[in-house]
Amino acid sequence: MSSFWSAWIIVLTLATLVVLIWLLRWNMKNYTHIEEGQEMDHEFDGIVELNNPLPKWWTYLFWACFVWGFIYLALYPGLGNFNGLLDWKSSNQDVQSLAESRQAMEEAHEKGMIVEYDRAVRAAEEKYGPIFAAFAEQPIEELAKNEDALDVGQRLFLQNCAQCHGSNAMGGQGFPNLTDDDWLYGGEPSNIKTTLREGRQGNMPAFGEQFSDKEINELANYVASLSGRERDADLVEAGKANFAVCSACHGADGKGNQQLGAPNLTDDVWLYGGSINKIEETLTHGRNGVMPKWKNILGEDKIHVISAYVYSLSNDE
Amino acid sequence: MSQTIPQQPIEYNMKVVRQFTVMTIIWGIVGMSVGVLIAAQLVWPELNFNTPWLTYSRLRPLHTNAVIFAFGTSALFATSYYVVQKTCRVSLFSDKLAAFTFWGWQAVIVAAVITLPMGLTSTKEYAELEWPIDILITVVWVAYLIVFFGTLAIRKTSHIYVANWFYGGFIIVIAMLHIVNSFAIPVSFTKSYSIYSGAVDAMVQWWYGHNAVGFLLTAGFLGMMYYFVPKQAERPVYSYRLSVVHFWALISLYIWAGPHHLHYTALPDWTQSVGMVMSVILFVPSWGGMINGIMTLSGAWHKLRTDPILRFLIVSLSFYGMSTFEGPMMAIKSVNALSHYTDWTVGHVHSGALGWVAMITIGSMYYLVPRLFNQKEIHSIKLVNVHFWLHTIGVVFYIVSMWISGVMQGLMWRATNSDGTLTYSFVESVQASYPFWTGRFIGGVFIVIGMLLMAYNCYQTIRAGRRETAAGNVVQTA
Repeated sequence: MSSFWSAWIIVLTLATLVVLIWLLRWNMKNYTHIEEGQEMDHEFDGIVELNNPLPKWWTYLFWACFVWGFIYLALYPGLGNFNGLLDWKSSNQDVQSLAESRQAMEEAHEKGMIVEYDRAVRAAEEKYGPIFAAFAEQPIEELAKNEDALDVGQRLFLQNCAQCHGSNAMGGQGFPNLTDDDWLYGGEPSNIKTTLREGRQGNMPAFGEQFSDKEINELANYVASLSGRERDADLVEAGKANFAVCSACHGADGKGNQQLGAPNLTDDVWLYGGSINKIEETLTHGRNGVMPKWKNILGEDKIHVISAYVYSLSNDE
Repeated sequence: MSQTIPQQPIEYNMKVVRQFTVMTIIWGIVGMSVGVLIAAQLVWPELNFNTPWLTYSRLRPLHTNAVIFAFGTSALFATSYYVVQKTCRVSLFSDKLAAFTFWGWQAVIVAAVITLPMGLTSTKEYAELEWPIDILITVVWVAYLIVFFGTLAIRKTSHIYVANWFYGGFIIVIAMLHIVNSFAIPVSFTKSYSIYSGAVDAMVQWWYGHNAVGFLLTAGFLGMMYYFVPKQAERPVYSYRLSVVHFWALISLYIWAGPHHLHYTALPDWTQSVGMVMSVILFVPSWGGMINGIMTLSGAWHKLRTDPILRFLIVSLSFYGMSTFEGPMMAIKSVNALSHYTDWTVGHVHSGALGWVAMITIGSMYYLVPRLFNQKEIHSIKLVNVHFWLHTIGVVFYIVSMWISGVMQGLMWRATNSDGTLTYSFVESVQASYPFWTGRFIGGVFIVIGMLLMAYNCYQTIRAGRRETAAGNVVQTA
């Protein structure tokens, strides 16, 4: 902030407090010509006011609050650009990126500044970091059998993943079920970890412009038939003719492609619903599934533990 | 009385006061009933009946707007017009403008009742109404300002009574807050975007939001207190000098307090500190008002035993004292770290809104209704007493439920395991809150039943008054 605005704030803040102190002192004396405890010489619709003094205890409370206020403003940031004698900050509020944030944290640490958020994060890292580091040394398959690790993993899952995938990890429309051993991007430990670390973008293009409503309906019937459902044979046959376009991602047999995240259409698992209506909706408007990238938020070690938890959900012995 | 001046009866404009008084009671019932409905929806979500305009998200702003701007503000219009005439010994500056403020303000409320359930909102809390309604509010408010200050200007008394300082302060500041916070760029007749962005938008919003509390719900109602407490108690105001200090200190400190709504956010640290310091000091002048009101009862304490109207007024001051102690405590950053975003805040607001604002209003309405409608006293003082207990029990039920759930939520959200992970997921804290949300709902039901009794009691009083007026009997009222 410029020095003008800084001065503006300082003057306004202090002037307010000083004027209030003057106000209090002024009214502690009887400046009226009426004796204390007597009625003032004006009356309003039958209401009169007594000239009683301010309660003593109340004036002490006022003074105590003023003194506390000045001490606080001396110690903490408040008066414009003055950082306060403690040089305290809640966080590095000026940073614009994660990289800047890390750099600011390092600087603050080296200079011994009190940046409350940084200190809390650092203290947590020091205290809890080793627990996760120890887990991270074990391979995921092994960790998935470690009850302690799974407890921790479940808690992290509930805090960070359950919002979309549900507390029971069974997902919902648009959010994959993680317990069914049906994987869009592969269910090997390394696949799961990559999904968590880097995130995923699942794009199903929209075909509403390319195909007529009738063709969409035929395609939907063909797709539904792939997982063994009874559909009108003519519609299925007509739909099959146009499936070539879909096979680029989903494969000629409709079994999908984990490299692309293209779902298997033959297993009767439906990310966006399996009714003809829903399949038509998917075909017409396309779908955009986003799994966020967690590496900057949770860090490697925690991702390792959550991966083990997710792996354990469908690899239960 | 220090002096008695022989005087001609003055022709006051009581029509607009009567209109606002009746609407205060009606809007009170509407606003509080919507509150009870949304409290029930939190416990039984099916109660939105899968209907968009009955969902919590749309009815919650309707509830807040109805109680603050329909119930509370109608009460302020009614009492300020009454008090300013009586204490200035002159009729309103302009009857036409006063009538315009009544119909204009009712139009604002009806527009809110229609647009908010439709989902039309500027998304600013307590300022959700869209820009065309904002413009209407501004016009009505300026008219109000002219009527009120015009009346002060033509007063027949040498001094301006303290109640009018508070009313005047509230009217000016609300005009300023509303206009500055509502600056927006319209994109259509029903949608606009705030001209502020980011942390500045948040700061302007809470500068408005907290002062809506500080000036509308506090200063305005202190004006009410300064007239109706001494009148009902028939005692002189305790201390003239205390009223001078606490008025100026209150209005100059409140305006700084907004940042305490934004602790530990992107708001700059210095703003948070200044907001916190001013909020804490504000505790003292707030109590100044409570002391002056309660001590006005010196020598008349026995009246509390027999007069439930006075009881409403005095208990409201106790709730005022309690919330204005709680508020500054919650403005302290380390307390706020626990209380923020929890039900504690909701409980705090309602101990102010239901305890202070509603009770001082109800007491004042019971004082006003018989006097406005040619009666010596209210139809049934017994029913006032029942209302008092229903309301008090309801408020206590409400705020105690919210204290428990609020502190519980705050503690659950911060609890960590030995590995540093959070002990509870968010839904677990929601699940644990259900019993207390049920408690809040029950408290709300008590309060609405009390309001219905009040409506019946006032209706009977008004009916009796009409009968006597028709029969040509004029009852001399104070």
